[in-house]
Amino acid sequence: MTTWQDYYKEEGRAPAWPYPIKYEQEQEIETDILIIGGGIAGCWAAISAARQGLRVALVEKGDTVRSGAGGPGCDHWCNVPANPLSNVDPDEWAEHMASVPYSNGIGIQIQCREDWDTLQEMELIGGKIRDTKDEYVGAIGRDEKTRLMLSPRYGVANSYLPAPKSPPIFKSNPDRKRNNVVLRIWGTSFKPALKRECKRLGVKIFDRVMGTSLLTENGVQGARVIGATGINNRTGEFMIFKSKATILSTAGSGGMWIIDTEVGGLCYMQSRTKTGDGMVMGWKAGAALTLLEASSLHSIGGGYKHKWYTGAGDASYENVPLVDANGKRLPYPIQGWEDAGAMAPPAAVVEAIREGIRKGEYALPFYGDFPGMSDVERRATWRLMLSEESTVKIIVDTFNKAGYDESKDLLQSYKFLEGNAPPQWRDPGRGGLVVDWNLKTSLDGLYAAGGQMFSPQDHSFCASTGRYAGRKASAYVKEISQGKISREQIEREKARVYAPVRRTAGMDWRELHAGIARTMQWYCAEYKTDLLLNMALDNLRKIEEESVPLLYALDPHKLMRGLEDLSLLTNAQIVLHASLARKASSIPLGFQRIDFPALDPPEWNKFLTIKLENDRVKNEELPVGFWGNMKQQYEAHNKDYAGVYKK
Amino acid sequence: MAKEIPALPNVSTPGTPVIFNPEICNGCNQCIENCQVDVYIPNPRKGKPPIILHPEECWYCGCCVNDCHRPGAITFNWPLAQRGYWKNKASGKISRI
Repeated sequence: MTTWQDYYKEEGRAPAWPYPIKYEQEQEIETDILIIGGGIAGCWAAISAARQGLRVALVEKGDTVRSGAGGPGCDHWCNVPANPLSNVDPDEWAEHMASVPYSNGIGIQIQCREDWDTLQEMELIGGKIRDTKDEYVGAIGRDEKTRLMLSPRYGVANSYLPAPKSPPIFKSNPDRKRNNVVLRIWGTSFKPALKRECKRLGVKIFDRVMGTSLLTENGVQGARVIGATGINNRTGEFMIFKSKATILSTAGSGGMWIIDTEVGGLCYMQSRTKTGDGMVMGWKAGAALTLLEASSLHSIGGGYKHKWYTGAGDASYENVPLVDANGKRLPYPIQGWEDAGAMAPPAAVVEAIREGIRKGEYALPFYGDFPGMSDVERRATWRLMLSEESTVKIIVDTFNKAGYDESKDLLQSYKFLEGNAPPQWRDPGRGGLVVDWNLKTSLDGLYAAGGQMFSPQDHSFCASTGRYAGRKASAYVKEISQGKISREQIEREKARVYAPVRRTAGMDWRELHAGIARTMQWYCAEYKTDLLLNMALDNLRKIEEESVPLLYALDPHKLMRGLEDLSLLTNAQIVLHASLARKASSIPLGFQRIDFPALDPPEWNKFLTIKLENDRVKNEELPVGFWGNMKQQYEAHNKDYAGVYKK
Repeated sequence: MAKEIPALPNVSTPGTPVIFNPEICNGCNQCIENCQVDVYIPNPRKGKPPIILHPEECWYCGCCVNDCHRPGAITFNWPLAQRGYWKNKASGKISRI
């Protein structure tokens, strides 16, 4: 008996809901710091705040032990220029990273200065960051003394593409040695260690609770944030958190673009839970957001789940030479030592391969030539890099159990078999909350970390900015008292949250999700115009007026899914408002306006911000580099930073 | 053949992300806690494997299998459309998961 159908056949009835139902019941929690989102950023924020001796509550929609994009694993600690093997100055590398248009200079500077300290703390609490068992002696990049494992990634420049013809020359690395800014790590050990440490430090963890709204002083939009509401997705209990400071650290809203379980399982690089709840909470409270118009093709975790990250094996990614069906090597970069960490092929190479396929020069299918690699490099790739990354451990294990032997067998690649993924499969990626050098949002009492900020980077960025936000929110909390909660605001939220469980029929959450996704696929996709974007807004309004009142939920789990859809709906509306505001096209933003075709005209080279004021959309802007001189600002705001935590 | 059969709707697919071995699984339910999307619920019968209630929400992260303390109790089961292929370099024989 494994599926509910099996149970039904055996018992003659469906299983009863296994958790006590507590709809409308309230649980009130008072804390100094509230963190919403228990992924990598949230856990680090909790640890950092708890070390300051404060009361910390951590709210997580899943279970903190394996939740979030980084829950299953992580193979690269990217951009750690302060590591002892680095050949480049952290501040200079930060400037280089932030030279990418519309990047987040604040988060990048924090990452470059502090993520080596964060990684050392990770080791102290039980994460594995070195080859302590000497499994990879002789691998390129393994340092004998420290047993750290360097990655070839970003050896020449911070880019997924092969080395540019005129690579940057760093003052701190005049001899152009490899930059050595990325380390390989054993990230499958990280998340359980983070949860253990949170518990050890007395963090109150609320697993299976979805944050639903922020509470503001006297219930006023734009006022200081003084807590939040949530719902337990197993019991339906209503949670009221009163806090002096709140840190948002939930995921983005990748799920807004697709719901399709038949083609490839439900996955957009992150799980179904990626619904942008934090962004919507901040938005409704009046916080400013930016870059929501930047929606880009989701090239790694495309529609079909043949990619490493998204559920099945594909050797067309990372470190493995690709060969055709006759064993002929393809001109595809391998992100290895030989091509300086290139991950993605230049467009010209992709086209040359496609042309070669059409002419019969390259025979499909293609394969990853694991047997052609040296033994130690093959193991470092298959067993360390791939196994430790994201959801790949189970993929590697499943292949091996089925008889795949990486020393003898070529692993099939699907990239060119599939052709181009449909363009509507996207991820909003870069949009998020505007923050300052304290990672404070535009609202008092509200902080953001990791993927909740605009232009976030990856795992180590989330870890180091989470740790930093916890520190800064703690400093704020020591200066301030609890705010006054508005009962009316709570009642309004309870009415919204419980509406779907008052109905037993109507529209299922999956149909609502599909309707929102289709609207975005049709009217906010590859090509945008004012007309199309407004048609999307009109349709979403229609969905709000006609379909949302039909949304029903038969249990707390489905209630959560329905509330997630409402998050996606609001996220979609924010994306549309942001897209309407940018009257120009942009290559770095992946943003094409048919009615405003000029590409990156200088007057539009700025951050457009968007927020609610008295429930009306207000558009403002910030100049590029609004954070000032990164090194100076970081140092001015962190005079008391003490480095690796010592009790 | 049974004379009466229930009238049931189509089931969501992919519908079996894992296969439990009830001989090995002791119903400790750790996999339920390790799942970030709540694919499972506890079995009303204590000591029995969890019930797969929301299979179509699975993102195949594998944490339930990776972290299980009882080898063989739970096996990863890729959807048919996603099973990977490989080729033996020497013999050219093609295999699939």
